[in-house]
Formats: sequence, C-alpha cells, structure tokens
Amino acid sequence: MSMIAIALLLQSASPPPYAMPGEEPVEAYEVRPENAGAKPFEGDAMAKAFGGQDGIRRVVNRLIDLNSNDPVIGEIFVTEDRVRFRRTLFEHMCYLLNAGCIYTGMDMRSAHKNMGIQQADMNRMVENLQSAMDAEGIRFHAQNRLLAKLATMRKDVVER
Amino acid sequence: MSRIKLSLSTCTLALIWALPQAAWADELRGGGKLLLTNGISSLEGASGGSLTPWAVIAGNETKDGIGVSAHATVAEVKSYDFQSAGFSIGLFDRVELSYSHHNFNMNEIGAALGLGADYAFKQHIFGAKLKLAGDLVFGDPMMPAIVIGAQYKNSDNDAVVGAMGAKDTKGIDYYVSASKLFLSHSILASATLRATKANQIGLLGFGGDRNSSYSLQAEGSLAWQLSRRFAIGGEYRTKPNNLGVAREDDWFDLFGTYAFNKHLTAAVGYADMGSIASVGEQRGVLFSLQASY
Repeated sequence: MSMIAIALLLQSASPPPYAMPGEEPVEAYEVRPENAGAKPFEGDAMAKAFGGQDGIRRVVNRLIDLNSNDPVIGEIFVTEDRVRFRRTLFEHMCYLLNAGCIYTGMDMRSAHKNMGIQQADMNRMVENLQSAMDAEGIRFHAQNRLLAKLATMRKDVVER
Repeated sequence: MSRIKLSLSTCTLALIWALPQAAWADELRGGGKLLLTNGISSLEGASGGSLTPWAVIAGNETKDGIGVSAHATVAEVKSYDFQSAGFSIGLFDRVELSYSHHNFNMNEIGAALGLGADYAFKQHIFGAKLKLAGDLVFGDPMMPAIVIGAQYKNSDNDAVVGAMGAKDTKGIDYYVSASKLFLSHSILASATLRATKANQIGLLGFGGDRNSSYSLQAEGSLAWQLSRRFAIGGEYRTKPNNLGVAREDDWFDLFGTYAFNKHLTAAVGYADMGSIASVGEQRGVLFSLQASY
C-alpha cells in the first residue's frame, strides 16, 4: 500500500482538522453533521442534477467569484479566509446534495456571526447562486430544491 | 369629499418623499427583494395576484428599507373596459399602504341600461396591510407569511348604485391572507378570507336588497414558477350576491407573469368575471404592468 493510500485512509478515518494547510487558524469546534443546518437529500438525483462533485465545484467557484466582485455584498467577503471559505462552501453544498462529502465547517450561526448580513445581502447571495447554477445549466426545479434547504437557515444567517 | 381625497393622496405622496430623507435615512436600505416576491398589484391595489391579495408587501424593500410601486391594469371583457391604476408604499416589508382608482366603462351597455353610452362606474380604494408573521420564502417551509388588511372603498356613482339597490356608497373590506412559496416544488399557494359588503368589489356599491350585511368570501391563488422571471397560475375568488337586479358571480383567472427586471413586472391573463350589471359572460383578457422600487 502506498503512502498516499495510507494518508487517504487516515484522513477518512478521522475528521479533517479545523483549519487545513493554507488556511488561517480558527477556534476549535465540534465537527457534526448538524453543522450543515439541514439534512442532505436522499438518493443521487440531486448530485446528478448538479453534475457531481465537479459540477458542484464549478458552481461554488463561480459563486465565490460573483460574491467577491459584487458591488452590493463584495465588502462582506473582504476579510473572509477565501481558501477556507472555498473549501467549506464546497463541502457544504456537496454534503447537502448527497454527492459524497463530509461537511467539516462550523454551524451556520457561528459561520455567519458578526458578518452583519442583512436580508438584502442574503437575497443577493441567492441571486448570485442562481446565476452560478444557471451558468452550470442546472434545471430551475433542481435549483429551487437546493434553495429550499438554504431558505430554512435564514435565522442563523441574517442578523437581527 | 374630493378635497379630502386630494389631501389624502397628497399626504401619501409627501410620506413617500419625506421618509427617505428623514434623519435615519442613512440606516435605510432600498431594494433587496427577490424577483417576483412582491407579487403584482391586484385590481384593488393590494400586492398579490391579479384578483386577490397575497401575504406580501409592495415595493422592493426588505425589513431594512422602504419601497414603492405603481400599477396600471386593464381588463377587456365582453361588454366592458375595466381600468385600475394606483400606487403603493411598502414600509420595512411589514406595512403596505395603497391607493387604487377604478374606471369601469359600460360602453354600449350603458346606453342599453339608460345610463348613457360609455357610462363609467368609478371608485377609490385606500388599502392598508400588515404582515403579522412568517415569510413567503424563508424560514420554516410549512409556515406561511400571514397578513391582515383593510380596504376602504368609495364609489363615485352614488345616485346610480343607490337606484340599483345598494345600501351604501362606501364600505370597508377586511381580509386575512396566508401565502407560501414552496421552493422544493416551485409552487406558490395563497389563500385569503375576506369580510365584505361590496357589490362587484365596490363598483356597484355596498350591500343590497338581498343581503345588507357582511359576508365571508374565500379567495385563492396557485402559481407555478417556471424560471426566476416567469410564473403561471390561476386564481379564484368568491363574491357576495347582494343585489336583486344584478346577479354577481365568482371570478377566476389564469395568468402568466414576467419580471423584465427588478423594477418592471407584467402580467397577462384570461379572466372570467361572470355576470356584471345584469349582463353575463364577461370574459376577456387582463393586462397589468407594475413598476417598483
């Protein structure tokens, strides 16, 4: 067995560290499925609709580009650790879509704490996500099924 | 009376201009609603579907701002031309104030009924709506947005509606609406209960020889979202039947609505308004444009 295979085995056996190499340190937290804020879809229909992990990664990368360059909400992401955000957002979507990932990020309340996100900001993020999903050619109905999961998380995302 | 109306509209206009310039203006944030989630202006001015209010607040604002909208609607049914125009202000996605003016032109039927060709029933509708709880899109998927509302309606045709048997020329409707966008199915459902005395939504006055008291009416909309910009649906609205000389039927429509952008939404529909002012089968097209900020 090669060293890479052993390393992979070790990684899958224990949850990844809070901060991966190249990421800024974060305070310790417990990695739990509940941190994702919603249960994943059952079956593989949604994962397929999003083109598997490759499709999800393209959606997430586009979403992050759109958010960072957004005149309305770009400011929110200026201080964000982009490396970590890209990884945890991918894991989050991949987990919810049941595309074979573990979400190792924080719970939704902790992840959005002190970001000052208002309802209009959350709506803007939804629009950017819709644009990113459109660009990937994901059917509108499948888009809405994912948004339905995210919609339940508003209380932990929007302040006040 | 016209002076009172004028001063009321002036006050509302003043409010629209004054509020954003208030001392706390820098804390206000305009815009931010998702496409189509403020509905369109119904005939009576409340934001919702074409025929019935939804539990949404007019304007593009969220809870952090103030929004406005204006609408113009025409219904061209078999015998009549029905025009509705008005504007609304939405405060913090919580309170909606609206004004709508109706011009219901009788065309040749006016002459046939001895009122004169192109006789028009007109009324003014002042509406207020308050969101009590819930959200159309976010939060618990089974918890709808819930609003209560009132519509003060004042007919301009006092003598004629009186002669037709209406007990009053003005009245107030009270309603409660619950609406939810079931995102996982891309379906919006809305239900309204209305207490009203209005004959043909107030165009023919309030109360009549058959019934002069409030009655409870049910209204509903079902819409299917096909894209971010486009939805199709249908609405049904029960109505009272207070006037002996002019039977009144329930209304229904089938509509398509399209958001060109955040500021301009159009709706086109087929409406069946049944019998109006003693002439039946009033079916035709409904067209509505709404601008909102």
